Amino acid sequence: MESHAPLFRMEGVSKSYGGTRALERADLTLRAGSIHALLGENGAGKSTLIKVMTGVVAPDEGVMTLAGRAVSFASPAAANEAEVVCVFQELSLIPELSVADNIVVSNPPTRFGMIDRKAQRLLAEEALARAGASDIHPRALVRDLPLSRRQMVEIAKALARKPRILILDEATSALTASDVDKVFRMLKGLRDEGLGLLYISHRMNEIKELADDCTVFRGGRKIASYPAGSKSDAEVVQMMIGREVSSVYPAKHRPEVAPAPTPAAAPRLELRGLSWADRLHDISFDLHAGEIVGLGGLDGQGQNELLLSLFGVLRGVEGQILVDGKPVALSGPARARETFPGIALIPEDRKTEGLMLPMSVRDNLSFAALDLLSHGGVVDAPEESAAVQRMIELLAIKTSSPDVAVGALSGGNQQKVVIAKWLLRGPRIILLNDPTRGIDIGTKQEIYRLLRRLADEGAAILFYSTDYAELIGCCDRVEVVYDGRIRRELVGEEITEHNLIAAALNIVPAAEGDARGGH
Amino acid sequence: MREWRYLLAEQRGTLVAMAIFALMFTIYVANHPAGLTSNVVQTAANKGVLLAFVAMAQTLVVITAGIDLSVGMIMVLTNCLASALVVGTPLQAGLGVIAVLAAGTLCGALNGTIVIYGRLQPIVTTIATGAIYFGLALLIRPFPGGSVHEVLADAMTGKIGGVFPASIAALAAVVALVWVPFSRSLAGRAAFASGSAEQAAYMSGLPIRRGRFLAYALAGLCAGAGGLFLTFFTYTGEAAQVSGSAYTLFSIAAVVLGGVSLYGGRGSAIGAVFGALAFRTIGDMLFVFDFDALWQPLFQGLILMVAVSLGAFGLLRVRNRLDWFR
Repeated sequence: MESHAPLFRMEGVSKSYGGTRALERADLTLRAGSIHALLGENGAGKSTLIKVMTGVVAPDEGVMTLAGRAVSFASPAAANEAEVVCVFQELSLIPELSVADNIVVSNPPTRFGMIDRKAQRLLAEEALARAGASDIHPRALVRDLPLSRRQMVEIAKALARKPRILILDEATSALTASDVDKVFRMLKGLRDEGLGLLYISHRMNEIKELADDCTVFRGGRKIASYPAGSKSDAEVVQMMIGREVSSVYPAKHRPEVAPAPTPAAAPRLELRGLSWADRLHDISFDLHAGEIVGLGGLDGQGQNELLLSLFGVLRGVEGQILVDGKPVALSGPARARETFPGIALIPEDRKTEGLMLPMSVRDNLSFAALDLLSHGGVVDAPEESAAVQRMIELLAIKTSSPDVAVGALSGGNQQKVVIAKWLLRGPRIILLNDPTRGIDIGTKQEIYRLLRRLADEGAAILFYSTDYAELIGCCDRVEVVYDGRIRRELVGEEITEHNLIAAALNIVPAAEGDARGGH
Repeated sequence: MREWRYLLAEQRGTLVAMAIFALMFTIYVANHPAGLTSNVVQTAANKGVLLAFVAMAQTLVVITAGIDLSVGMIMVLTNCLASALVVGTPLQAGLGVIAVLAAGTLCGALNGTIVIYGRLQPIVTTIATGAIYFGLALLIRPFPGGSVHEVLADAMTGKIGGVFPASIAALAAVVALVWVPFSRSLAGRAAFASGSAEQAAYMSGLPIRRGRFLAYALAGLCAGAGGLFLTFFTYTGEAAQVSGSAYTLFSIAAVVLGGVSLYGGRGSAIGAVFGALAFRTIGDMLFVFDFDALWQPLFQGLILMVAVSLGAFGLLRVRNRLDWFR
């Protein structure tokens, strides 16, 4: 096959969700026998583009051609039929089925109309071997596997479908370093066989190693396509961000509002040697009133577990947690919530852990503070209404009435409700787990300002984000987590994209003079 | 060695159900005045298979993360139908059997259509359709009555070669012809997958709707087989609401005893069959120990509680409290 032939082309493709334009007249050309990297911030439109390519969502307009022929996919099954296969970021594995069942799931070998389990086993073993994951037993249940193994199964599943176009959406985010090596070797092999590969990753070094072509997206639009290596890191980052980083974020620590914490004062929250299972190892740091501390690092390095352990969700946590210098024992969110001075967790998944979607905005807002709003076990309705109204105004939650089901609000407004419901308690330690994921830039900005204001009013904020720009823009200090340990602490001017990435990838820090690279 | 462990883990629910049944049945037989005779086995089998058929029906729906509260009523309706249709010449009776099983399948298919294409909750849908099926049964048999082809009935409830209970053979045949092909077909796997993680199943391009629909329809078929056997045992048709409701609730208990997850995606009808047989044996055990029949519901409840608690031990090892809710 001619290596320059466009295998897949997408022209003028747009997609809106409700009022949000997720993709705006996007173009993309994928050559056979190449690896094409897709770059962009969260919310740049990459995920939507992939969903369109794989038949998960239908585009509002635009055309797609595969090997010169116009195509449109009505469902993921139709895309698979055309040999367009995606390794999804949100895993598409079925937990109660075995690894082998999952690998051949949509097209298992059959004999006399029944699934041929021997043939299935062989196919699964072959696919696992090709993906470099022969250590996974085909009979194991997916739900018993750790995340990194599941991701390898997901890759094997894609390979078993014999794709012509293979899309990898953050497919390496949870892999171990040795897995990544194997996967890269395999991907290069597939390229040499003439496949078209679309590779999405936030890890710049991976893209440098793999990509032949790159396309940058921002705000749903294609910004540029260029051969890999023809632009500097700084140019690429500038294209991805497209604005001055500082303009979006409120000014950092303002001494005239809240005096910098004096070393004499006990930290609001102190972690000493926190360990849990094999996910957290000996984590120690302090969190002072008035401070926003970020948790950095690649996704899934233990940040989520760290926040959960501080909220009393995990059992068997070793080490000490001190609040205002006094050790506390947390046996669950209800206990954590009562611990003076109030701790709040804005959870990872607002839809399952943060909100009761079919219930009203009012109910959702008052859930976490019902004990404060009731007398003798009876909720004081006027007091509740007043509190709810106060929060709607404070956070400018856009809802026609407090009685609207919270599921009907936009993602950004839903997130505001999750935050507001904890603010109702006046918490003084606020833990946030990637609070701006999947919400629009305007709301993000409001949330950044709110966090800074809460900090200025004396709250201590621990803030995990997968978005480096956010950590740089918002945080006074960043603890970078790698493999369940604090890899590096970055303070003030040290918080740069370069340092964050280097620490996140566990690369030995370069000479300090080089620290501002990447901008 | 590893291979064994995985096999064991896969079949754990079924094996535990088998073990519970074996234990109970051994205690029962050991204390039975007649001991292990083919008559004792036959009587126990005939009592057990009805619930086993209904439990198999329930399993099919439960693996899709649904629940079918109409299975007992489908059994009652097909019982009434069979008392009118499975009569006359052998050919007529044979056609009657087919008609009864088809009617059961149709009831299940109706449930499936409403739940899958109407996107209604299985629990509400099947309460409503269950009432409809019972209403139809009442129209067919306002009073207990009817009859059944006696030679056929006696053959199906008797012993093969004077030893093996024919009803167990029939049950095994339904397992082999319905459950085994279903669980190994693509549609069956889609049913399991949609019960475990429907979105992931959709993203994988599985025929979810076909799989779930088939599960509901085959559930109707199994419940219909139960109705047929009820007729073989009683020689009559009766629109008995109490017995229909009891079978529905017991089928859920049997499914849980059989290691089928009520959250969907996991379990085997074979486990549920043993769960059903074990559940039935509870009542028989009280009989051999000379307990007053009044004690039966209380003991059934207690033993069920103990058996179900066994499954909850895993929660003690949970280290992330959020896993309690998964």
